[in-house]
Amino acid sequence: MSEPKFVPNTVYVTYIASTPEKVWEALTRAEFTRQYFFGHSIEVEAKVGGNFILRAPDGSVHMSGRVIEYDPPRRLATTWRVEGMESFRELPESLVTYEIEPMGGSVKLTMTEAHQWDIPDAILAGGRQGWPFILSSLKSVLETGKPIEIGVKMGPPPEMMAAVKEAVARKPWVKSAEKR
Amino acid sequence: MSEPKFIYVTYIATTPEKLWQALTDGAFTRQFWFGTSVESDWSRGSRVIFRSGGEVHDTGEVLDCVPYRRLSYSWQVEFHEVFRREKPSRVTFELEPTGGPEVKLTVTHDEFEPGSKVHAAVSNGWPMILSSLKSLLETGRPSASTSAEQAHDARERAIALAESNAG
Repeated sequence: MSEPKFVPNTVYVTYIASTPEKVWEALTRAEFTRQYFFGHSIEVEAKVGGNFILRAPDGSVHMSGRVIEYDPPRRLATTWRVEGMESFRELPESLVTYEIEPMGGSVKLTMTEAHQWDIPDAILAGGRQGWPFILSSLKSVLETGKPIEIGVKMGPPPEMMAAVKEAVARKPWVKSAEKR
Repeated sequence: MSEPKFIYVTYIATTPEKLWQALTDGAFTRQFWFGTSVESDWSRGSRVIFRSGGEVHDTGEVLDCVPYRRLSYSWQVEFHEVFRREKPSRVTFELEPTGGPEVKLTVTHDEFEPGSKVHAAVSNGWPMILSSLKSLLETGRPSASTSAEQAHDARERAIALAESNAG
């Protein structure tokens, strides 16, 4: 079987007054992610093919995947499967890549979320809502020592839940694979 | 295919009043906006001018202004012919209190020409400017990458990118 082809759908760029090493640490160590990633703890094995887990504050597995690229302090790519929510588990894995580049006295961090199927905007809305908050907070942690506090409750948008249910019922990714 | 559009969201630990001042006062914009100072009286229909070292870089007209909430203006890039020949696009800033000690800022840049060179340039520029704005408000120091010294290089890169896609 050939490797699935991932197409980028969501990109977020932020510039951080820090070093590539510190940004890498903030992305890959649980004591940092707990501060800015809705309390979630990352566990990532330091090798290609290793396991990736994002644990919810109660210790349960929220996301799981494997390491596709591991090149500290420049590039980390992992597959993501949502484990923490019922029907999400059946969606094809997505690919999340962090790219770290020193630039003009700051560090440019680019997050790219890519997918292997024709994913509807309603499902992408979840990441498009979450990433700006997560990465804004990461920048604050590195620059000020303090994360952004959540003033409002942020859950998956209601239309996202409906779109996931519909996708899981129709499984358009299976169909497109058969066509090839 | 949908119209080209650029949307960027960031959360800043500040007040809507301070964020508004940073976006509308030239003494602030020149600290985080590649050394350009904005000038306008911010009433609807008024001119907006971005100047750097006496040179006009961008111009526009105020389309909507609700202090501390919403600001929208048209956007004409003036600093190089490759951008100047396009029709004006539109920038909208929306400031939302989140109930916590931060403000959600959404910047939407749209109404570009099909195949716009300005769209490509601002898609690179906004994350730098808005990251620097966040740093300035949270730490008192803007990003090194948007200083007046870096501005020249940033503009040269934008022009090179636009010209490499021309034709």
